Amino acid sequence: MLRYICNRLLQLIPILFAISLIVFIIIQLPPGDFLTTYVEQLRLTGTEVADSTIANLKAQYGLDQPLYAQYLLWMKNMILHGDLGTSIQWNMPVSEVIGDRLMLTIIISLISLIVVWAIAIPIGIYSATHQYSFGDYFFSFIGFIGLAVPGFLIALILVYIVFTQTGVSITGLFSPEYQGAPWSWDKVWNMLPRLAIPVVIIGMSGTAGLIRITRGMLLDELSKQYVITARAKGVAEQKLLFKYPVRMAINPLISTIGWTLPALISGEAIVSIVLNLPTTGPVLLKALMVQDMYLAGSFLLILSVLTVCGTLISDILLAALDPRIRFGGVNR
Amino acid sequence: MSEEHEVLLQIKQLKTHFHLDEGILKAVDGIDLTIKKKRTLGIVGESGCGKSVTSQAILRLVPEFAKLEGELLLHRTKGNQKGEQVDLAQLPLRSKALREIRGGEIAMIFQEPMKAFSPIHTIGNQLMESILLHQSDNRKEARHIALGTLRKVGMSNPEQRLNEYPHQLSGGMRQRAMIAMAVSSNPSLLIADEPTTALDVTVQAQVLDLLNELKETVGTSIVFITHDLGVIAEMSDEVAVMYLGKVVEYTDVDTLFHGAQHPYTEALLGSIPSISRSGARLDTIEGTVPFPMNLPSGCGFYSRCKKAVDGVCNVADIPLVEVSEGHYVRCLLAGQ
Amino acid sequence: MSSVMSRMRRGIRHGLIRRKSHEPRMDTKEVYEAASQWRLIWWKFKKHKLAMIAVPVLLLLYLMAALCDFISPTLPVTRFADYKNAPPQKIRFIDESGFHLQPFVYDMKQQTDKETFRRSFTTDTTKKYPIQLFVKGEPYKLLGLFQTDVHLFGNEQAQAPIFLMGTDSLGRDLFTRILYGARISLSFGLVGILLTLVLGLLMGGISGYLGGFVDSSIQRLIDLLVCIPTIPLWMALAAALPRSWTPLQLYFGMIVIFSVIDWTGLARVVRGKVLALREEDFTMAARLSGASDMRIITKHLLPSFSSYIIVSTSLAIPSTILGETALSFLGLGLQPPAVSWGVLLQDAQNLQTLAYQPWLLWPAAFLVVTVLMFNFLGDGLRDAADPYK
Repeated sequence: MLRYICNRLLQLIPILFAISLIVFIIIQLPPGDFLTTYVEQLRLTGTEVADSTIANLKAQYGLDQPLYAQYLLWMKNMILHGDLGTSIQWNMPVSEVIGDRLMLTIIISLISLIVVWAIAIPIGIYSATHQYSFGDYFFSFIGFIGLAVPGFLIALILVYIVFTQTGVSITGLFSPEYQGAPWSWDKVWNMLPRLAIPVVIIGMSGTAGLIRITRGMLLDELSKQYVITARAKGVAEQKLLFKYPVRMAINPLISTIGWTLPALISGEAIVSIVLNLPTTGPVLLKALMVQDMYLAGSFLLILSVLTVCGTLISDILLAALDPRIRFGGVNR
Repeated sequence: MSEEHEVLLQIKQLKTHFHLDEGILKAVDGIDLTIKKKRTLGIVGESGCGKSVTSQAILRLVPEFAKLEGELLLHRTKGNQKGEQVDLAQLPLRSKALREIRGGEIAMIFQEPMKAFSPIHTIGNQLMESILLHQSDNRKEARHIALGTLRKVGMSNPEQRLNEYPHQLSGGMRQRAMIAMAVSSNPSLLIADEPTTALDVTVQAQVLDLLNELKETVGTSIVFITHDLGVIAEMSDEVAVMYLGKVVEYTDVDTLFHGAQHPYTEALLGSIPSISRSGARLDTIEGTVPFPMNLPSGCGFYSRCKKAVDGVCNVADIPLVEVSEGHYVRCLLAGQ
Repeated sequence: MSSVMSRMRRGIRHGLIRRKSHEPRMDTKEVYEAASQWRLIWWKFKKHKLAMIAVPVLLLLYLMAALCDFISPTLPVTRFADYKNAPPQKIRFIDESGFHLQPFVYDMKQQTDKETFRRSFTTDTTKKYPIQLFVKGEPYKLLGLFQTDVHLFGNEQAQAPIFLMGTDSLGRDLFTRILYGARISLSFGLVGILLTLVLGLLMGGISGYLGGFVDSSIQRLIDLLVCIPTIPLWMALAAALPRSWTPLQLYFGMIVIFSVIDWTGLARVVRGKVLALREEDFTMAARLSGASDMRIITKHLLPSFSSYIIVSTSLAIPSTILGETALSFLGLGLQPPAVSWGVLLQDAQNLQTLAYQPWLLWPAAFLVVTVLMFNFLGDGLRDAADPYK
């Protein structure tokens, strides 16, 4: 088992390296660079920028060097000093801009994941064991809707309805008095109920998808021979259901974490823009728009690393749960 | 009346119909069988003749949307109803009585041990589950019984096997484990549904020997389902030949091989390769088994039968007739 | 609701949920084998009621998109200066003189609230505009070919206000804009998936067929692309498109972005199928009888997973449409003056505007219906593609 984990960790290194390269290329793609945009913005607001200042800035950000050198510098600072670069738009280190926001993104994504599982799996089991029942059709129908309506639309409509009904704007994660306040228990307490809305919206399509997957997997498992074997042994239905088919169906579901998590992070990005949450989404959007390259690049990189970690965790869980993978036996 | 006492399970007019979108599929269509104590009943037929469904119907393992009719009268040998006769077909699906019988009094051995075991639980776990359900509440004792049973079925290294997963065993070992699981609770009836079909020929012989041995030592009756007449000859005391959900010939094993009267049985026997007939072409049965849905009236074998007579065989359903004592044939031309 | 449920029930019985039985069911093959694969799929598909609803609805939507200039009463750029942010009008049949067979709309008058300075519209019953069929209006080229000025409906007065779904802040008819937006949004799904298909088939096919180094490098590339969360990646790539591009360039740029990210799933499956099929007996048989590689691929491999491709395509189209809408909505995709549903929804982003002009959400309704219908269709196809189950 330990060997398996080490093996997987070693495989991560080239993947992470390649991701960083791709991210770097992507943020270099836009024509011009952020400095040009920046100077242009300053000019528009009436501030003249001396050529010497530009040259200084260029040197400071390493923009006068060739691309590969810029990449190496970025990587070197990141690995050796944990320095992600400076955000030109915020005029402070990227890590400071990202810190809290990233944490909120992770919290929201993880809570969404838990909520999705907590809701979808029992419903999936119910639907599979009560095939053709009213509940089964009902959840299938809800599932279709959940898949068809994108999160940002639900967010938009929800915000609109709440606003017209109560006059309260439910955007943001904190009440005004806590907006700029430092972290405290009161602030966390204030945040929790407001967290419910993004969590529900982000989890919506994931839940719908997972219900269908659980149901399908379980129906497949329920018709397998080993279920009949267990039944022929005289195992009670309820115990049988959870010991064999449900337990079996969980395995492929765990491997879905690998792609559920990035989907949730993706969904979070866009929903939080609509809901104006202080998470990574809105900042990433803005950073991309003004070509604040280190900020945007760091976000992309970190979100990707999170995804990779999610996949890794789901693989390890899977190996722990399924002896066939653990022993490297039959690969099916 | 001593004969009457020997009966363990009496199957009367068992029907299993699947109601599908396309129509009613009569997988088992009114069969009568008698299973006697310490005897082996062989059920033989081509795939799709309903023999597997019959075996599953006995334990009520057919899917819930299948309609099951008839009587399954079992003489109970255990539990508080010991000595009484219960109709399995009348027991509620989720009743405790049915669960006691499943695995405790009637156990099953399945065709493909790889699929029949859960791949993510150890052999020990799955073996002991059965023992814990029917014999002992004590895990230690259950483990002891499990080890004993594994030894009995000739498993090497039983201690180690308990902690292994199905995919770590060879096919023959898996089937031994399957048999161990079935006999662990000393059932009075063992239903073996093509237990050797998925195995190598050499392993097949070992498993058959093992079953015959267990029949003696444990004192269990066996229902042996196969498409292989050779295996039937080796295993059975009585034989039922099935075709399209019906028993077409039912007799003891000697009569079957030396005095079969149904054209289908004759054709089956003719298709067995034999050394004494070397050089001659094997007989084959023309055509394929019809799809058991919306069948025309008359004999089910009519379309493939060489002796069929138009206007006689395809008019009404053919009854199962006792042509001599203990020899039943479903053919109008039998004995002619 | 009850009729929907009963439809669902039947749909599910025949499609979504399949009865699983054991041995006896295997024999159904024999009866079925007489019919061709496509016939079987069609039979099974017909039983899926939801999918059978989806087909006509989708056809209607695409027809509307194709003929949007004819169906819409005006042009997407035409501004009605006196009717900015006008609400949808009611189509009426009854006026003070009684019932009329010909529908009409009343005029609207703008008023300004003296305290809040908010402008609003009231119905002006003194002026009514009958809705006429096949009226002459703004000139356009039907299907880009025929110069004409006949619109399906409207009023002979060119500046007559007929706003079925209201107008935007510049006084443009939203219904017209939604129809023109459909042309872009709906075609985006199809064109996008076409490129994805080509990429996926090509890469997956090459990967599976050649194997070795090519295979493993393509597989690693896929592993990588899958690691980066889709929407942030879309956002980053879309932000990289030059602002100076024309709407058409942006349109194709976006399609390339989607395809470049989306092909991975298909390629994986295609590779898996090719690998599995390479080992199949019928491939060996074909090879032994002297068929060339190309022939094996086109005659044997492609047909054997064409059903899979159709199913995955029908499920990928709605997600592409959703993706385009999401990006355009964020301002990263298509930009005005291009009209897509996402671009139209940009106007609905602001809570204040939305509160006073809720009709700006109409494009969302079209979007949801489209996506829902594609999901139904995909579901029906998925069930139908496996008729033996």
